[in-house]
Amino acid sequence: MQQTIHPKGTDSGARFADIFWKKPGLLIFLFLLPPLLWLGVIYLGSLFTLLLHSFFSIDEFSGLIRYEFTLKTYAELLSPANFDVILRTILMACAVTVAAAVIAFPIAYYASRYANPKIKALFYLGVMLPLWSSYLVKIYAWKLILAKQGIINWMVEGTGATFLLNSVLALPVIGGNSLAVSYIGTFIVLVYVWLPFMILPIQAALERIPDSLLDASGDLGAAPQQTFKLVVLPLALPGVIAGSIFTFSLTMGDYIVPQIIGSSRRFIGQAVYAHQGTAGNIPLAAAFAVVPIAVMVIYLYLAKKRGAFDAL
Amino acid sequence: MHSSRRASFALKLSAVCGLAFLHLPILLIFLYAFTTEDKSYQFPPPGFTLKWFEITWNRPDVWAALKLSLEVATVSTILALILGTLCAAAVSRAKFFGREAISLLVILPIALPGIITGISLRSAYNILDIPFSTFTIILGHATFCVVVVYNNAIARFRRLSGSLIEASTDLGASGLQTFRYVVLPNLATALLAGGMLAFALSFDEVIVTTFTAGQQQTLPIWMLEELVRPRQRPVTNVVAMVVVLVTFLPILGAYYLTRGSVMSRSS
Repeated sequence: MQQTIHPKGTDSGARFADIFWKKPGLLIFLFLLPPLLWLGVIYLGSLFTLLLHSFFSIDEFSGLIRYEFTLKTYAELLSPANFDVILRTILMACAVTVAAAVIAFPIAYYASRYANPKIKALFYLGVMLPLWSSYLVKIYAWKLILAKQGIINWMVEGTGATFLLNSVLALPVIGGNSLAVSYIGTFIVLVYVWLPFMILPIQAALERIPDSLLDASGDLGAAPQQTFKLVVLPLALPGVIAGSIFTFSLTMGDYIVPQIIGSSRRFIGQAVYAHQGTAGNIPLAAAFAVVPIAVMVIYLYLAKKRGAFDAL
Repeated sequence: MHSSRRASFALKLSAVCGLAFLHLPILLIFLYAFTTEDKSYQFPPPGFTLKWFEITWNRPDVWAALKLSLEVATVSTILALILGTLCAAAVSRAKFFGREAISLLVILPIALPGIITGISLRSAYNILDIPFSTFTIILGHATFCVVVVYNNAIARFRRLSGSLIEASTDLGASGLQTFRYVVLPNLATALLAGGMLAFALSFDEVIVTTFTAGQQQTLPIWMLEELVRPRQRPVTNVVAMVVVLVTFLPILGAYYLTRGSVMSRSS
């Protein structure tokens, strides 16, 4: 391909562009201006109004927002009913994170250390496609699976394991009338939806372990299990923590999964949605929304200390 | 560990089962789109039919929702491409004060739960008295799409060595020419991949949208309504299948364009 390159500055547009090569700082400033304005004004500005709203309160008689500073709305969060919602959400986020890590680890471990390039590509796509496919469709699929006439009940009846399912559903708190309206159902779907976010960072962390390190461990007399426990696991931990940031944060903010599959007891996301919606209590919704932010800030701080960001 | 380069059976089994767990539910969607049963989610389907495709095809509400979703995704993707590329170009070109803070700012809309972005925008619209419209939906979508473009672009900018640009200018190319003939060709596939992913992300988004849309229905909002109150199961089954197919294409496309480098939603 022959490309005629004109000498510098033959037209005014090119001369204009040349200024930037002489003053790189100006160019960077102009580059940054639009994205920073957008994110700074729209996103941070909105976050700020959210924070602001949480310090307002709702007038009990008129139902209108009273725009003056108060901590009353935060105090409401500590009422038993609201505090239950917060506790329930955090417990669920913990359970989902642990389960996701347990299921994700073998997938990431196999793909990063044992699979040949072809299988590896297959695994990569195998994680990417579910990660990117429609969130609602995934939930819908589970609605089909857990439905009364659905595939789970069909299999359970076909294998005669009905008593097993019934005894699981009879468990206090986590059980319920059917899987679709129990915490177990909510838990399974949340694990399913956020699992890919755990696999990728673990795999990235595992892939960064040099083979020589494992060889050295073996040469120094460690049995494979010892190498795994003393070398691989500690080096994979930042990846697990990085993944847990996603699963934890995403579970805490989810309000659609528990609304569609689960009991009527609320999670934080549902509380936020309900309070801002029909109730029009934006201050309380905002205060609820600040909880996941606060939890995530603490979580990110702790994760940063463990070096999890390098594995992101 | 070269001596034991073979995985144990248990590891293989749990890896394969894990992948199956991720994929089987999605496959089920394809099966249900053809079922003759329209009152319940009966498994196995009592029979198979194609008539729901025809019925869905003739539904104006589905078409309207699809049209709005495509509109929103297109505009948001274009905005995200501009903002994300600019940001990546600046951050990758120089070390300056606040670089880390800028990366954090870009990632924040996707690192914090979507509901935070949603309720934040809603409370901002409330304070500023902005009525809900297509515009308010786009505002939200573009915000969280920036990060996807940014990630793809910055990975490519890092691989594009500065000496290439210097060589171009040394050989007498103007700034615009260097951009047109050196930077852009190197960047193109990364931008295309980022754009596709941003499009897929916006096309599928529901959480932020529920807070920023008034009476308007994007396709995910339409589906959400059906999930909460199922009224037309067969049509929902078909829509779900079409959504799966429509989102798979950009993902596969993005994968082939960025093979070798990392493609991920938020890292």
